[in-house]
Amino acid sequence: MEPLDLARWQFGITTVYHFLFVPITIGLAFLVAGLQTAWYRTQQPKYLRLTKYFGKLFLINFALGLVTGIVQEFQFGMNWSDYSRFVGDIFGAPLAIEGLLAFFLESTFLGLWIFGWDRLSPKLHLATIWIAATGTLLSAYFILAANSFMQNPVGYEYNPATGRAELVDFAAVLTNKVTLVTFPHTIFGAFMTAGALVLGVSLWNLVRRPDRDPDAFRTSGRMASIVLLVAALGVAASGDQQAKVMTDVQPMKMAAAEAQYETRDHASFSIFSIGTPDGSEETFSLRVPGMLSFLAEGDWNATVEGIDNLQSGYELMYGPGDYTPNIALTYWTFRFMIGIGMLATLPALWLLWCTRKGRPLCVRRFALPVAIALPLLPLLANSFGWIFTEMGRQPWIVFGLMPTSAGVSPTVSAGEVLTSMIGFTLIYGLLAVIEVRLLLKTIKGGLPELPQPATDDTDGGNPTDPGAGPDNDDRELAFAY
Amino acid sequence: MELTTVWFILIAVLWTGYFVLEGFDFGVGILLPVLGRDDLERRVMINTIGPVWDGNEVWVLVAGGATFAAFPEWYATLFSGFYLPLFLILVSLIFRNVAFEYRSKGDSETWKQWWDRAIFFGSLVPALLWGVAFGNIVRGVEIDADKEFVGSFFDLLNPYALLGGLVTLSLFVTHGAIFLSLKTVGEIRSRARSIATRTGLAAAVFAVVFLGWTAVQRDGAEHFGWFVGMAVVAAVALLGALEANRRGREGWAFVGTATTLAFAVASLFTSLFPNVMPSSLDDAWSLTTTNAASTHTTLVIMTWVAAIFTPIVLAYQTWTFVIFRRRIGVQHIPTPKGVASESPQAPARPAADAAT
Ligand code: HDD
Ligand code: HEM
Ligand code: HEM
Repeated sequence: MEPLDLARWQFGITTVYHFLFVPITIGLAFLVAGLQTAWYRTQQPKYLRLTKYFGKLFLINFALGLVTGIVQEFQFGMNWSDYSRFVGDIFGAPLAIEGLLAFFLESTFLGLWIFGWDRLSPKLHLATIWIAATGTLLSAYFILAANSFMQNPVGYEYNPATGRAELVDFAAVLTNKVTLVTFPHTIFGAFMTAGALVLGVSLWNLVRRPDRDPDAFRTSGRMASIVLLVAALGVAASGDQQAKVMTDVQPMKMAAAEAQYETRDHASFSIFSIGTPDGSEETFSLRVPGMLSFLAEGDWNATVEGIDNLQSGYELMYGPGDYTPNIALTYWTFRFMIGIGMLATLPALWLLWCTRKGRPLCVRRFALPVAIALPLLPLLANSFGWIFTEMGRQPWIVFGLMPTSAGVSPTVSAGEVLTSMIGFTLIYGLLAVIEVRLLLKTIKGGLPELPQPATDDTDGGNPTDPGAGPDNDDRELAFAY
Repeated sequence: MELTTVWFILIAVLWTGYFVLEGFDFGVGILLPVLGRDDLERRVMINTIGPVWDGNEVWVLVAGGATFAAFPEWYATLFSGFYLPLFLILVSLIFRNVAFEYRSKGDSETWKQWWDRAIFFGSLVPALLWGVAFGNIVRGVEIDADKEFVGSFFDLLNPYALLGGLVTLSLFVTHGAIFLSLKTVGEIRSRARSIATRTGLAAAVFAVVFLGWTAVQRDGAEHFGWFVGMAVVAAVALLGALEANRRGREGWAFVGTATTLAFAVASLFTSLFPNVMPSSLDDAWSLTTTNAASTHTTLVIMTWVAAIFTPIVLAYQTWTFVIFRRRIGVQHIPTPKGVASESPQAPARPAADAAT
């Protein structure tokens, strides 16, 4: 394989892998902060125990989000050096700002949260998790602004003298209309993911260990269901907006999402279809009339441009070439994102219904496999969504400006890329196994017991130690690695 | 001052922050099997950096991001050119960081042993390779007219750069040992102090030879006087640190090694300026603060962002160090109670002293 293909595979593998942890981190940070707030307000032990329990799952997941992110930060330089030269003037800024604003905030305040249980006042300690959670949002915003520039370049001017895209309007980059719809969609997707995880874990505990803390898990299960459902509404609403923006800035992606070759009015949306792999011929499909027109333009009768038309239009604009992304892939990933993701709402609806008004869990028969499969659904939907977005942009790395083939590092050999690709893939695989085992072990461990409360606020100083004082007493750490 | 120069200095500041902060993390990680005789002692060591290592590491992420934003050509040439060393550094950081988080979450001996190895090698390899990378940057590498690195991996393993690697390695170990002596009580503290003396002497020798070698190469170059002045400060600070360590003035010793690292980085950047990555093939092909830079617009925006947020970051990171200033020893490590090795404690209500 060419360095280009390898570099693309490596980017795809490492980024999709990074994005398995990211949505859980974003969503769970807020859910844990919410649980801790509930404890702070009510002082009910169950909220503290839930905070610690899900907090531990959060940290196990965070560790991998973090290390896979480090790879991302340098990968543009390593594998996409010509791309970096071309857009660095614009693209580098949000990346650097993400680090300065978000990564410092997250890492420092999470450190305070993890180790600060007995070092900070409860109020300040609560604030640290909220600050860390806010950091994840900032992080998401800036990186999505960078990504949106690749989907819809704005605020730049091409300088033929240097051969680079140069920044003219940073505000335009940060308020790219693609960013404005992508951000809510991604964040709602993250809340769905975390909601599904918490719901799955709660459900598993309720079914498998019904006599162990049923009340606490009932609370967390209901809370997660509500988060999941609200987020699902948000995902649908923002996704609909995204489709309209996409039709406007990348009509080819929209046409590819439906494998629609001809331009049509009142275009229908196929739930699924059977035909030739590239969708050029169709033998059977289940269709919603007018749905595609509605998704694209908000009007059931609007005209949706077809692939053939767009392809010839692009040839006129950019010269001969293939401007069509992989149709089968975009078609199916788009459907899987929506279908698999939305499936996650059913268990949430069911749980809310059957535990209404203080009732205990009703049906248990299928609950166990549902609990296990549930967290995977939004996770998969997220991956499909990104694969759709990024593959639908092809053959461009920056839409309309730079083809992907021009962005790759010219001096990095296939052997080098292969080394790092195999290396990262193996390491990521190994870490995935370790992480899943650790998550399962923690989940099975159940809610942690709270130790007897300290007898006295200032207790702990060793009276026989003459040097005992705030800085050298023998109190154990509240938390230690 | 030109904005490109401002950004050159800012990048130097970010690397300085990284080396001073993550330097002691690396040192602690490398000393783990040397100073930690049993699991409890190793846990003491890991927990001295527990709350801060992640924040320390972000300095390099921001250094990378800021280089991308301010000097895209530098970012592109550096990281595609030093591909394999960077890959090794990334792999090391992955294992090391996961190890900190996961080590205490399993109970078996083998589990802990493997993560201890990950921490050791994950600290050792970057500590060495960052020095090798900087040695090569200062020495100059094969960069062609298109600003592309055309050398090979093995060119990067020249004696001068390898010596640079030994400098960072020995300095980080010493810095870490002194940090441990400052943050622990009991036996680890005295062991750390005595090992700091030994590694510190090695570091002094490596550093003086390396900086001297650099001086010979750079003789007559621009800003040569500044380079020599800073290199001398670095060397003197190291000797001061060793003396303070010998006398048991741990705080001053730490200030000393931190100063050494800061001035060593500063002297190397000074010797580079106005180049950022000199070409060994032709001077005209060197990347400089101007031909590698972003446009003025980007630099202006980034300057505002940096001017506002860097002080804020410094303030809260400093505050974190104050919160966790307490020394720890084996008696502070929560012992496994029943099942999980880290059963969470009830958060004590704020003791008067802990709240400040
Ligand atoms: C839980 C995950 C999840 C779920 C259930 C959905 N999505 Fe989504 N979608 C994502 C997670 C996601 C994502 C992974 O977060 C993406 C990738 C890039 C982005 O902006 O979000 C995405 C991209 C994405 C795009 C591409 C944007 C672009 O390339 O410019 C569109 C048009 C939609 N989505 C539309 C929808 C609609 C109409 C949905 C259902 C009604 C939907 N998505 C459900
Ligand atoms: C985190 C969520 C993301 C996922 C899951 C994702 C997924 C992917 C995938 C699957 C590819 C491979 C496409 C192909 O082989 O053709 C790809 C390519 C790429 N993406 Fe993304 N992406 C994400 C976010 C981003 C962001 C935020 C950026 C930039 C800031 C970005 C920049 C790129 C680049 C440079 C490529 C390589 C060129 C290419 O092959 O298309 N991606 N991404
Ligand atoms: C390809 C582009 C990307 C790069 C260069 C990148 C970079 C990074 C880095 C370096 C970290 C570790 C930070 C730390 O040390 O604390 C990280 C974590 C994170 N990233 Fe990414 N990232 C990318 C894609 C994304 C996307 C698309 C999102 C969100 C929509 C995202 C959201 C986050 C969040 C919330 C974290 C912190 C939580 C965690 O570590 O899991 N990232 N990223």
